[in-house]
Amino acid sequence: MTGGQRAAGGGQPAAGGTPQDPGGRGGEAIKLEHVTKSFDARKVLDDVTIEIAEGSAFCLLGRSGTGKSVTLKHIIGLLRPDDGHVFVHGKDVPALTGRELAEVRRSMGFLFQNAALFDSITVGENVAFPLRRHTDWPDSKIREVARARLADVDLEDDYGKMPADLSGGMKKRAGLARAMALDPKILLVDEPSAGLDPITAREIDELLVGLKEKGTTLVVVTHNIPSARHIGDELAMLHDGRLIARGTAEELDKSDDAMVRAFMRSEGSG
Amino acid sequence: MLERLGVLVLSLLAWVGDVALFGARALYEAVLPPFEFKETWRHVFEIGWRSLPLIALSGFAIGVVLSMHTRASLERFGAEAMIPAGLAIALIRETGPLTAGLLVAGRVGAGIGAELGAMKVTEQIDALEAVAVDAFKFLAVTRILACIIAMPLLTAIIDFCGIFGGYVAESSISGMSASLYFHRAFSIVEFSDFIPATFKTAVFGLIIGTVASYLGFNTTQGTEGVGRTSTASVVLSSICIILINVVLVKLIFFVFPVRA
Repeated sequence: MTGGQRAAGGGQPAAGGTPQDPGGRGGEAIKLEHVTKSFDARKVLDDVTIEIAEGSAFCLLGRSGTGKSVTLKHIIGLLRPDDGHVFVHGKDVPALTGRELAEVRRSMGFLFQNAALFDSITVGENVAFPLRRHTDWPDSKIREVARARLADVDLEDDYGKMPADLSGGMKKRAGLARAMALDPKILLVDEPSAGLDPITAREIDELLVGLKEKGTTLVVVTHNIPSARHIGDELAMLHDGRLIARGTAEELDKSDDAMVRAFMRSEGSG
Repeated sequence: MLERLGVLVLSLLAWVGDVALFGARALYEAVLPPFEFKETWRHVFEIGWRSLPLIALSGFAIGVVLSMHTRASLERFGAEAMIPAGLAIALIRETGPLTAGLLVAGRVGAGIGAELGAMKVTEQIDALEAVAVDAFKFLAVTRILACIIAMPLLTAIIDFCGIFGGYVAESSISGMSASLYFHRAFSIVEFSDFIPATFKTAVFGLIIGTVASYLGFNTTQGTEGVGRTSTASVVLSSICIILINVVLVKLIFFVFPVRA
């Protein structure tokens, strides 16, 4: 089956390129294997299989409530699948506990959909928090790195502000700065451009592309198709918890599925 | 009807079991590294120091009122000399610990429940986990330990302020000197009155911290849920304190006969 085609039977489309190496990059960083997850009676993920190559950018598309954020939470171990496996650098995340799980999580950064900044500490201390927990750097170096991360998202003047004093878009950028604090090998990003003006959204896209070029593996959940086209080496679309299309942007443009084509033609923001 | 009652009892038992397991896990994880000393100390300050005005003022007022009531009763028998001792015993053995427990349940229980509940519904607890921090240990264990440490200290303070309030009332009515008042107050009070009654409040601290943290970690339904968690933290920890106090008093009677 070619990329971008609706999957028959198991509902898992094949990638346009080699699944393990879509962009001619390294080995497999993340692999979801037949993951199924239900909340109460509602199946949110249904037999989802995804492989993401090291150093590539994978964009997960789909309408609201189709399981995109749930997929990210499985990768970082915040949710456990009812069935199936989630591997990060070969380690079965749901089977890990304690220090092993913490070690895998230290290799990842996660930007939450609503940023989830710690509201009792300043923006700068939010970014410094992972550094204080996981490095033995002196305070001056931690502050310096935190300021640099904030500068990356154009918030260098907001180190001392409280999260409540930021706009939605600024919170999002601060959340991204915190996610990047430990220089993660894998960055999971949930709707990076939601609530941002077009210029800032473009800057965030460029920042993500820059991270990819430095070798960071990106998993980006987005509704913003131009952004997905710009960032993603590979795109996939979830619908009703099933992966209905997967491939490069060009392959999804030519999908047999009318909904996939319609989604790819949209200029949806956020 | 009977079936509904059965379901209610079963769900109550399940809740008590869940809370007990949550508390037991907190105590177990408290002795395992890494230790969150800095965070625990911060909460001891937040819970203990910031509760001090409430505790001190309440203790003083209770002392004044108890003194007036004791005088009214003992005057009939010409036993006014026993007022300081009666007041000290009543405060140290029961009134001080229970009042401190209920006051802290109100102030601190509501705060912990609301804070953790808000963190839960805004995904801040998930965000902690995502940066490889054990959220249970960082948020719940530290607060539970802080409650356990702060409660006996606050109880000692409420006892002292209560006895001092009794002195102020007594001296203004009868003109009793401070040295005579405190001599009489502590003439029959022994360490075995003070130690078990004061340290039983560590159990109250465990209950307040555990119930509020449990409810906070299990908050759902947004800001409305946070409000419910805050209220439930106060109500449930207060009920638990009152009930467990019966068991603790019986236990103290057993270990220290005629001292509970």
